[in-house]
Amino acid sequence: MFSSFMTNAWLSGTIVATLAGVVGFFVVLRAASFAAHAIPNGAFAGAAGANLVGLNPLFGLISFAIVAALSIGATSRRSRSDVATALSLVLMLALGAAFLTLSTEYEPAINALLFGEILGVSSSQLLPVLLLAVLCVVAILVLYRPLVFTSVAPDLAAAKGVNATLVEISFLLVLALATALTVPIVGALLTFSLMIGPPAAARLLSKHPTRALTLSITLALATVWASIACSYEFNLPIGFFVGTIGAVLYLCARVRHARRAVRSVA
Amino acid sequence: MHWLFEPGLFSNHTVRTALLVGLIAAIVSAVVGVFTVLRGQSFAGHALTDVATAGGAGAFLAGVAPIIGFVGGGVLGAGAMDAIGVQRVKGRDIATGVVLGAATGLSALFLYLSATSSAATGATQLILFGSIFTVEPSTLPEVAILSCFVLATIAFIARPLLLSSLSVELAAARGVRVRVVGLLFMVTLAVSVGLSAIVIGSILSTALLIGPPASALKVVNRFWFGAAIAVVLGIGATWAGIVFAYDSYYWIPSHRGLPVSFFVVAFVVVEFAFFSVVHRRRRGRPASAIEDSSHHVETQWH
Amino acid sequence: MTTRTSLDAPTDILNVNGVEVVIDGRVILRDVDFRIEAGEFTGLIGANGSGKTTLFQVILGLRSTVAGTVSFHGEALARRNRSIGYVPQKVLFDPEMPLRARDLVALGVDGHRFGLRRRSRAVLADVDEMLSAVDADGFADRRVGELSGGEQQRVLIAHALISRPELLLLDEPLANLDPGSAQEIIGLLHRVATDNRVAVLLSAHEMNPLLPVMDRVVYVANGRVASGTTDEVVRSDVLSALYGHHVDVLRVHGRVLVVASSSDEHEHLVSEHPELVVE
Repeated sequence: MFSSFMTNAWLSGTIVATLAGVVGFFVVLRAASFAAHAIPNGAFAGAAGANLVGLNPLFGLISFAIVAALSIGATSRRSRSDVATALSLVLMLALGAAFLTLSTEYEPAINALLFGEILGVSSSQLLPVLLLAVLCVVAILVLYRPLVFTSVAPDLAAAKGVNATLVEISFLLVLALATALTVPIVGALLTFSLMIGPPAAARLLSKHPTRALTLSITLALATVWASIACSYEFNLPIGFFVGTIGAVLYLCARVRHARRAVRSVA
Repeated sequence: MHWLFEPGLFSNHTVRTALLVGLIAAIVSAVVGVFTVLRGQSFAGHALTDVATAGGAGAFLAGVAPIIGFVGGGVLGAGAMDAIGVQRVKGRDIATGVVLGAATGLSALFLYLSATSSAATGATQLILFGSIFTVEPSTLPEVAILSCFVLATIAFIARPLLLSSLSVELAAARGVRVRVVGLLFMVTLAVSVGLSAIVIGSILSTALLIGPPASALKVVNRFWFGAAIAVVLGIGATWAGIVFAYDSYYWIPSHRGLPVSFFVVAFVVVEFAFFSVVHRRRRGRPASAIEDSSHHVETQWH
Repeated sequence: MTTRTSLDAPTDILNVNGVEVVIDGRVILRDVDFRIEAGEFTGLIGANGSGKTTLFQVILGLRSTVAGTVSFHGEALARRNRSIGYVPQKVLFDPEMPLRARDLVALGVDGHRFGLRRRSRAVLADVDEMLSAVDADGFADRRVGELSGGEQQRVLIAHALISRPELLLLDEPLANLDPGSAQEIIGLLHRVATDNRVAVLLSAHEMNPLLPVMDRVVYVANGRVASGTTDEVVRSDVLSALYGHHVDVLRVHGRVLVVASSSDEHEHLVSEHPELVVE
């Protein structure tokens, strides 16, 4: 498991888990789970399209992720954003289905993008992935205050002149980039669960924002590391472990939280 | 009109089955969908489709009838979401996300196992993207019965559900058991999307659940009239999609044809865009009431 | 449906005795005693967070008590008491919710019933009548979410009244209204309540708009309650005992002011401006 060819897996997994822990914290805060689910799924359709025309699937992945983010962000909080997210998602999935039908072969590369592949990031890609991940984290830091403000007290933020739509679209674009980086490893189907399970668990375990954020990163790392190990050991898709471990973490946190609440009243 | 109704369209048995199946799915999806959109549970509705698909993949692997997997898996998922807290506005997102994550994880496992155990390479695509043209006619009686059950349940809980969707406080004050009604709705939703997922695929299941109702609700004042419009829009998009999908075999030179889901979704999105524009133009006209711009749906934190 | 007694014999319809409510380990209300008689207009006055909404929840059977009883017509409260109507504090209607004002009022009749029976002509006529009674004819066919605060208020009142309750609870209906609209609503409530012989329990944090119509006041402060007529309750000594520290109750131009003070300030006021202080 720790041989040299697995080094990339551990390194890229660590980068991606840290990123997911940070971005996921805000996904949970802003109740943007649907967007976190829709963007990578829509991005996958782009990968299928790129594959069809002979381009590197990653180009399709990133471009469709951005398109998804923009179309979801455009309706923002004015009217039902969950309807817009649902329709954007099905539109992209339908395009993906069309692309797959038109392709003459079902490339294994597409399969890897769907279910995840431990070795999804090659050595040469490691540096660009790291730089882009750092870019995302920096963007989140820059957006930190308006992001928290608009999530927690939207009316107050609007009164202070914070442009909620701009903040929303900026966040969604960061989310898009983060998911595009995560998909090759965890897979389009389960990228979102890395950004929901561990952060949601963290929030239940700590009310303090900085502590919760650190905990979110820690739990995401634990999830990814365990998933890489299990995937290697049992020769099963990594996405399966990410999804189930994330859910288990959340349930444990939930139980712990409920026990604490009962104890404080007694 | 010759180009629209390509040769053999109406005599084709597969197409006729598809039109019938599509009709049932569109009606059920629209009726359940108006409540789903009203309650802001579009994510849950979509998530249950994927949960149902996971159940279907599991059934496929276990050699059990798929419909048990789709509907059973969906119902289990709905129960789990309710237990975690999908009815409160605050917990809804997480509840849906966590259950969806677990289900998708299982789905990944099942699909991987079935792809490696049997030589069915197309199985993954089929279950994920589904197709109305591949529905087994033998499942139709069960589908019809379950559909009637769904519609009957919705009719039964309609008024308390409407009142509690409007305002939990008003409903509770009148003695409506809000939690129970909400759970009943979730289970009905799960059965409905499970059915659609198996007959028209998961993509169309979500599209028909959300699109036509959302379009209809943009332009009507009365709820039941909106439901009726949603049904009409749903059937329209489905039938038009089937016709175009059939025709696409003739249009595209490689004779491959585009999937039905592509055309139906295209029509659903066009409908939505059209009605959104109509709605926006109507709002532009001066209203006599004072518009409070802070009427956000999202600020309904309980 | 409980039978009404003859018009000239007032009866207690609601009786609250020694009620204590605890939420998350905190005592919100204790020793709450008051009663409401048929057709009376009662103001539940208290600051924000004083427990008024909690008290409503108890009366509606939606919250349990640690001690005490609440009885309606002498019987313990059932969860589904249709004889009590309720207008909640803030109902945020989604502007895109496809429901007309008229439909919301109709749901006041059958919103709790399972099944989809068609509404009879009698019910529809009743809805029309109730809409007129609250002056909502002009916007009856508009979406509830598009109405102004005051208009929504009236529709909610119609919704609560159409099932002909004996007691109507209103949670801070005046909170977001300008003084003119507040007066309109109070006038409307008083008129409709008198016409239909409905007792009203209305909560507010400011009692002045209600002074002309209140028969009784229930004053909530510090988790406790003082009830009676305005003259009995709205006095410096009673409210000081309730708050646990000194307050002055002043009458200025027919309006009541409750002002915190020290005992020195109180002495000064009593000696310099005795005409203002209500002892």
